Amino acid sequence: MDQIILQFINGLDKGSAYALIALGLTLIFGTLGVVNFAHGTLFMLGAFCAVVMQRILTLSAITIDPTQKDFLGRPLEVKTPYVELWFGHDIGQLLIDWAVPLSLLLAIPFMALVGWVMERGIIKHFYKRPHADQILVTFGLAIVIQEIVKQIFGANPIPVPAPKAFSGSLDFGVLLGFDPNVIVYPYWRLVYFLFSSVILAAVFAFLRYTTFGMVVRAGMADRETVGILGINIDKRFTIMFAIAAIVAGVAGAMYAPINSPNYHMGMDFLVLSFVVVVVGGMGSLPGAVLAGYLLGILESFASMNVIKDALPGIDQIIIYLTAIVVLLLRPRGLLGKRGVMED
Amino acid sequence: MGILEVKNVNKSFGGLHALKDVNLSVRENTVHAIIGPNGAGKSTLLNVLVGKLIPDTGSVMFDGKSVLGRKPYEINQMGISRVFQTPEIFGDLTVLENVLIPCFAHRDGVFRMHAFETVEREAAMIEMAERILEDVNMADKRHAHAAALSRGDKRRLEMAMCLVQEPKLLLLDEPTAGMARANTNSTIDLLKEIHEKRAITMVIIEHDMHVVFSLAQRITVLAQGTPIVEDTPENIKGNPKVREAYLGTAEV
Amino acid sequence: MLGLNRKDTTFFLIVIALTLFTPFLMQPFGETSPLAQFNGGYPDLMAKVAIFGIFAIGFNILFGLTGYLSFGHAAFLGVGSYAAVWMFKLLTLNVFPAVILAVIMSGLLALLIGWISLRRSGIYFSILTLAMAEMAYRLAYSVLTPLTNGETGLQVRPTDPRILDGPGAADYPNLFGLELSRSWRLEIGDHLFTFNVGYYFCAAFAILAFYISLRIFRSPFGLMLRAVKANQQRMNYTGLNPKPYTLAAFVISGMYAGLAGGLMAAMDPLAGAERMQWTVGGEVVIMTILGGAGTLMGPVLGAGTIKYLENIFSKINENVLHDWFSFLPDGLENAVVWILSRFTGEGWALTLGLVFMLVVAFLPGGLVEGGQRIARLLRRRGGKGEGGAGGGEETAHTSPSTPPAAE
Repeated sequence: MDQIILQFINGLDKGSAYALIALGLTLIFGTLGVVNFAHGTLFMLGAFCAVVMQRILTLSAITIDPTQKDFLGRPLEVKTPYVELWFGHDIGQLLIDWAVPLSLLLAIPFMALVGWVMERGIIKHFYKRPHADQILVTFGLAIVIQEIVKQIFGANPIPVPAPKAFSGSLDFGVLLGFDPNVIVYPYWRLVYFLFSSVILAAVFAFLRYTTFGMVVRAGMADRETVGILGINIDKRFTIMFAIAAIVAGVAGAMYAPINSPNYHMGMDFLVLSFVVVVVGGMGSLPGAVLAGYLLGILESFASMNVIKDALPGIDQIIIYLTAIVVLLLRPRGLLGKRGVMED
Repeated sequence: MGILEVKNVNKSFGGLHALKDVNLSVRENTVHAIIGPNGAGKSTLLNVLVGKLIPDTGSVMFDGKSVLGRKPYEINQMGISRVFQTPEIFGDLTVLENVLIPCFAHRDGVFRMHAFETVEREAAMIEMAERILEDVNMADKRHAHAAALSRGDKRRLEMAMCLVQEPKLLLLDEPTAGMARANTNSTIDLLKEIHEKRAITMVIIEHDMHVVFSLAQRITVLAQGTPIVEDTPENIKGNPKVREAYLGTAEV
Repeated sequence: MLGLNRKDTTFFLIVIALTLFTPFLMQPFGETSPLAQFNGGYPDLMAKVAIFGIFAIGFNILFGLTGYLSFGHAAFLGVGSYAAVWMFKLLTLNVFPAVILAVIMSGLLALLIGWISLRRSGIYFSILTLAMAEMAYRLAYSVLTPLTNGETGLQVRPTDPRILDGPGAADYPNLFGLELSRSWRLEIGDHLFTFNVGYYFCAAFAILAFYISLRIFRSPFGLMLRAVKANQQRMNYTGLNPKPYTLAAFVISGMYAGLAGGLMAAMDPLAGAERMQWTVGGEVVIMTILGGAGTLMGPVLGAGTIKYLENIFSKINENVLHDWFSFLPDGLENAVVWILSRFTGEGWALTLGLVFMLVVAFLPGGLVEGGQRIARLLRRRGGKGEGGAGGGEETAHTSPSTPPAAE
């Protein structure tokens, strides 16, 4: 029982990431009708926003302290982050410590800009082209972005720590009456889960309760009619693309402490998030979220020793296997609408 | 006994009863038109005939064999060809290649992997294709890109692709929809000529009464999913039931 | 000749000639020339071009003709390599059994994956193949370790049984005793040309692969594959079942990939799982499209260009650039070198990605279409219309340039 709960909550944070990426993919596919192979890369860019924020906050002024000597006997160079100089030591340290959450301030405008440039610069010209062309051009774009990031940040993963306040683990088992140290859950993962829930809720609320969201939903259902009504759907779609980029970006930024950002994480997440979208049902937002959590949890369960012993290797392929079975048995996915891309 | 026998066919979509006890018998070598106001179930009926939809009840027999549950390509191999409302052709290919494909389908069936033959050397097939292109007056456009043809030429090409298979039954779904009067007339002439020369049974679904009365020998009127009259064109013209179906009860 | 018409025969002979003379063609610079480092005429690279050429030719039979975009072809490449290395280990280091098993195994896997993936079309198909390849890759790394030797990769060891090899047999993949690594060198003046057994072995297969693809393009079967791309609805209503046609194309292209994988193992008897990663499958997609999908020459051209340029670009490091631009004033030199070095050396993938995007956006017919456009332009400039006398490619071109989607 404790194992089951443990795996369940373990699957939640990964599932949250899947859900957030898949949500963005679905928004783009549903509204713009574009299959975006560069979406995983947006997630990766978000993660690097955390890296950049950390570097900005630790930018240091170098002063020479004549009272101290280094091991060669020269006056010691002391690096003091500017934030400490400006705000004092305590606040400065706090800001550095909180680099990841603060990076959202950077991620949101930056991702919005990236999304806007991408849509206006490239995607726009591919609305009327076949899906294959959309896949190809976004695949090319993904390579380009990935290589640029690689040139700037190098090929190795860059660890970005979570704020110290969240560095420990929550002994979840004790709360439920199990023995201590049986079900432990790092605080940051809990934060990530809550954070993603908030984002998901916000996106859904935005789509449901604002006129903008209403138009977008109508556009997802029947693009042409909405166009005929004289509503400037194009502009809204650009905004929608930027929102999807922001969602992927903040998902990536907050994920940085869980998975150290590296340049190819976008491609890794891309395949998975497509699988998630397909399982959930192409074009279905709740489907994408449901499938994201479901597959995250499923993957987590498959990595239990009992199951791994019974079916070796299952933890590696469970997601793909599920996707294949779902696609063959229920082509439109779990919550897909009838007739949407059924062939 | 007709070449096409539809018996007691029913088809519902959710609460909508699209076809109600449809009975239809098409005699060999006639041009049989199916007409009716919008939403009468004409398209549904056509989709049942070609295997795209499976009816809830009833039977559809073609040439003594049931077509129900067969795939569209199997039904085509039984001898039913279909012309679409907007011409369905192979846009990426040349006109000649468009016609060659049904030639091969006619000779080789549903699937045959002739990977080491050369199309150029299939003299019999090419001759067959060239002949049909001459019949529809398109021989001079044989190397044109099919997607670049005019609407009327696309229609002719599609017709040629159907005819070269020597079908026993040709289904036409509003063959003149969206055409100018001159094109409509030339299509009528083409169809007449085909019918006279080749003795093909045709079932035609059409809005345009001019086309219907120029071509059809029998007419079935469909209203709200049920055939209400089946008769010769002369008798259909004055029939009060037909007027009622089209104009509504109030006018009678 | 060989069942080809005159135009195709000429075309085929040109391809054979190009393949045979590759050791000359890819070695344009003399040994003492400062550009000598950009010569590509060494065995490894030439064989790579031939092998990736085969891979791309096969991929083109699927994508170029039927329009089904597979991202999973790396799986077949990997299986081909594993099968070949197993043949080396168990039977003999003679390459023929290895290559044959590679083709058979990848064909079987392609039958399975194709049978499942082809139940869907469009993006669903692409995503299914992607998922399948990723699954194969992960399986190769985990459960299948006894077969694949996991991360280390499968290697030939002295302790292998090799039951058909006698005690005096060669220790390197060979062709009935003739080792593939053997080379002859020819010096003409300043030039040095290398003729390598392995390259000619791969080249022979590349020519065969090209010939088969040429026959398929001209055959009724090829016509049906193009019909699949053009209009499946009409195909169904013409009494043709598109499924088996597409599946056949999928299996054929899978076998081509397996052949390529087998040849890779023959050139370097080692098989690792990274060969199965979906991004490798993405590479063949890029090659085919860059060269010109749906054309005969496109995939070969794409594979050749990419592999050759990759070789050149990766050699242009900052030192080389500084050499080249030393005539510029210092500040400007540094700026130019800095910019260019982003795109060369390690930055090759960036250049490739950019070029690929541009091709997809503006030149959907790839290099072949580009060549045709230039030829047409020149002909018009040349005044007198010698129209219609284009190369063999003109007829092979099945216009992959997709017209604005009629939705």
